[in-house]
Amino acid sequence: MRLRIGIDVGGTHTDAVILDENNKIMSVAKVDTTQDVTSGIYNALESVLSNVDITAKMSIRAVMFGTTHFTNAIVERRNLARVGILRIGKPATEGIKPMASLPNDLVNAIGGIWEIVSGGHEFDGREIWKFDEMAVGDAAKSFKQMDVESVAIVSVFSPVNPSHEEKAAKIVTEILGETIPITLSYKIGSLGLLERENGSILNAALSKVAPLVIDALERAVNKVGLNNVKLYLTQNDGTLMTLDYAKKYPVKTLACGPTNSMRGAAFLTGVKDGIVIDIGGTTALIGVISHGFPRESTVAVEIGGVRTNFRMPDLLAVSCGGGTIVKILDSKIELGPESLGFRITSDSIAWGGKILTTTDVILGLGEAIIDDPACKPERVTQIVSIEKLRMAYNKILETLENAIDKMKTSIDPVPVILVGGGGIIVSKKDYSRFKGVSKVLRPEYFQFANAIGAAIAQVGGETDRVFDLDKMSRNDAINSAIQTASEEAIAAGADSKTLEVVDLEEIPLSYLPGNAIRIRCKVVGKLGF
Amino acid sequence: MKIGLQEIEDIALGAAVLGTGGGGDPYIGKLLAIDAVEKNGDVELIDPQKVNDHDFFVCIAAMGAPTVIVEKIPSGSEAVLALKELEKYLNKKVSAIVPIEQGGLNSQIPIAVAAKLNLPMVDCDGMGRAFPEVQMVTFHLYGISATPMVVCDERKNSVLIKACDNLWAERLARAVTVQMGGSAFTASFPMEGFQLKQACIPNSVTLSIKIGKTIREARSKGFNPIESLVKLLSGKIIFRGKIVDVIRRTQAGFTRGEVKLEGLEEHSGRTLVIDFQNENLIAKLNGKIIATVPDLITILDTETGTPITTEGLKYGQRVTVIGIPCNEKWRTKKGLETVGPRYFGYNVEYVPLEQVGDVN
Repeated sequence: MRLRIGIDVGGTHTDAVILDENNKIMSVAKVDTTQDVTSGIYNALESVLSNVDITAKMSIRAVMFGTTHFTNAIVERRNLARVGILRIGKPATEGIKPMASLPNDLVNAIGGIWEIVSGGHEFDGREIWKFDEMAVGDAAKSFKQMDVESVAIVSVFSPVNPSHEEKAAKIVTEILGETIPITLSYKIGSLGLLERENGSILNAALSKVAPLVIDALERAVNKVGLNNVKLYLTQNDGTLMTLDYAKKYPVKTLACGPTNSMRGAAFLTGVKDGIVIDIGGTTALIGVISHGFPRESTVAVEIGGVRTNFRMPDLLAVSCGGGTIVKILDSKIELGPESLGFRITSDSIAWGGKILTTTDVILGLGEAIIDDPACKPERVTQIVSIEKLRMAYNKILETLENAIDKMKTSIDPVPVILVGGGGIIVSKKDYSRFKGVSKVLRPEYFQFANAIGAAIAQVGGETDRVFDLDKMSRNDAINSAIQTASEEAIAAGADSKTLEVVDLEEIPLSYLPGNAIRIRCKVVGKLGF
Repeated sequence: MKIGLQEIEDIALGAAVLGTGGGGDPYIGKLLAIDAVEKNGDVELIDPQKVNDHDFFVCIAAMGAPTVIVEKIPSGSEAVLALKELEKYLNKKVSAIVPIEQGGLNSQIPIAVAAKLNLPMVDCDGMGRAFPEVQMVTFHLYGISATPMVVCDERKNSVLIKACDNLWAERLARAVTVQMGGSAFTASFPMEGFQLKQACIPNSVTLSIKIGKTIREARSKGFNPIESLVKLLSGKIIFRGKIVDVIRRTQAGFTRGEVKLEGLEEHSGRTLVIDFQNENLIAKLNGKIIATVPDLITILDTETGTPITTEGLKYGQRVTVIGIPCNEKWRTKKGLETVGPRYFGYNVEYVPLEQVGDVN
């Protein structure tokens, strides 16, 4: 028996689940997230393990984390490293300096240190200019003088040809020592120099906090008495990374929460293509599952005020969570955007407060029951008329229905999966009212979709580069992209027999005659234990 | 009038409306323009009717693939060099910069160059919208040659092109651009004040500023800007609906495709199909053509009025399609030969937007 634990650290709750080899759920636990995060993780582990016997406990082989530690460090500008940014691309790129679009407080927090040197490549792999070893050496020396703690190296078209980044890394290591954390941009992001550079800067900035967080995760796992287990963190794209890899690339965990919840929803229902609605306290997040993976956003994503091109799930957030405030105006109902959040159990009408929330609406209509003696649904109908409650309820349904429709990729009806704690605001008997929807599913364990998503995460590899079809056939280009992505997946720990291509996209370069295409490819496989 | 940081933002938004879905993301151009204006001060915008007849003017533009430009960020001095080289060859001094189009990146590059050289920019352009090829400018209609033209890259490579006609100028400049790595900067259409006055589309930069301002102000007040935009542009709402299908394919470096919309509200029960080739070109209502290039067909987000580029079109978006009459210069025989539906491969007659009945 080989068991796995999935853990999701959210804003309010930390969830844990235990899954067996056949992905059967053996135990679940939900505890409060603590200020220090780590003790919440310890509590969740202890709680989830208390439901299984000692044999099961001894059979646990892996723990997968989805955590907000790194996102918080960036948003709060806390414990960030002093970063030296080395951009390789002169004589190109000088028109926009590194960090030009970063918020000032972030630039101050990381030191604002950069150099641009000659080199980099064209889209077809030719050099823009000769790589300048001397200049890289000088830049590294000046970084040393300025007490840089971490270096980000970014070269033009490094996703096509990373050799200049790698040469520069060697020189930087010679001067700043083996222990200096170095981020190479081609490992971080795809085409789009500024966005990839920003992602690399964030990654370098996290290099101080990453080992601390990872040590804390290891300690929590050791403290509950789990030995002989491998630890993983989940990435934005729903795949796993080892702790060693996570220490180098912490930035890749930044949007794992929504990804895990969508993957968990797909797993719980067996739906490979459909819509997932994750109803939390403040918002409902609507995403699309395609081939079992979240559809990714094609536009730039901002994190903590920084524009990046990370592959994040394409999500639509609407103000329709469990704690969302409902405003009844003359003949109109408005939802949010404000939410009571955790104050729902003190300030909402059903709990004796004065504010009407979406949860009050469903309670007032008698379509849901909450097992809490302090919750008195009759208070709602004493204050708000049934007619108004119906109007509000219709507004909730309409809001979700419109959101589903906006996220659909075609006119065909699709299955919808409801997950997240706020899901009670829609009554089961009204599932059939959603237009353009083939069926609505709310699986057992829907509240644990996040942690389950972490537990079932696979291992992946990806590539994104431009191929010149004058030099090779389209088939060779596609095969080469799949080959590179597969090699990366195997290097990350995937079982080579289970690899499959989950995403293959050809993007032509517009306004450019000739035969250049950009191919994005993602390959995933099962974790080889 | 001066172009400062606020105007740069407004132009980026306004030019996206006039760009009719094409021209690429103005983000990089905007950062270049902001950098140049922050260092060198605001750019003076001068009315084309007030320029001296024998002053010398040049168009400044980027050429190539937006996908390349977002990766190989310009050095910022390519276009400056192109202009200097052209000045040297012709032994003339440029008195102000002329934008070639109002759309995407090229709405911003001339601002960056004008700021760097401390030159004014003329409040006009050669398209009044965005088009994909060198000869698709009103200057071409008045017999002004694109060449001598200088194409430059960041390495300070510079190529002087003297072509027998403007179609050859396009062909040669495009080939040079590919060799330079897929993006390049050009100084073209050298001309004198009297030619500029006659051949340009006047006051299109201030129009972009006004469009951007209208959307920005409506947003901050929580109003919907679409009605005000239509009024400002003397255009009309062609269709309100929802995107139900987007098809894209590539031919010779151009993204072609069509987007299908299903009507909502007053257009409920009808279908609109828009054909695009980087830019939106033809709109068909239930199979009947109701707008064609060179009139402008722009797709706006119904809720916010934000223009949507052809790359950004997705199933499910609620959109309002507006039609804007093109400049009269495009409606001449030579204008339609250059940019009419037939040039883009559609075997249809151009009918001015205003002559097509309202859709209701």
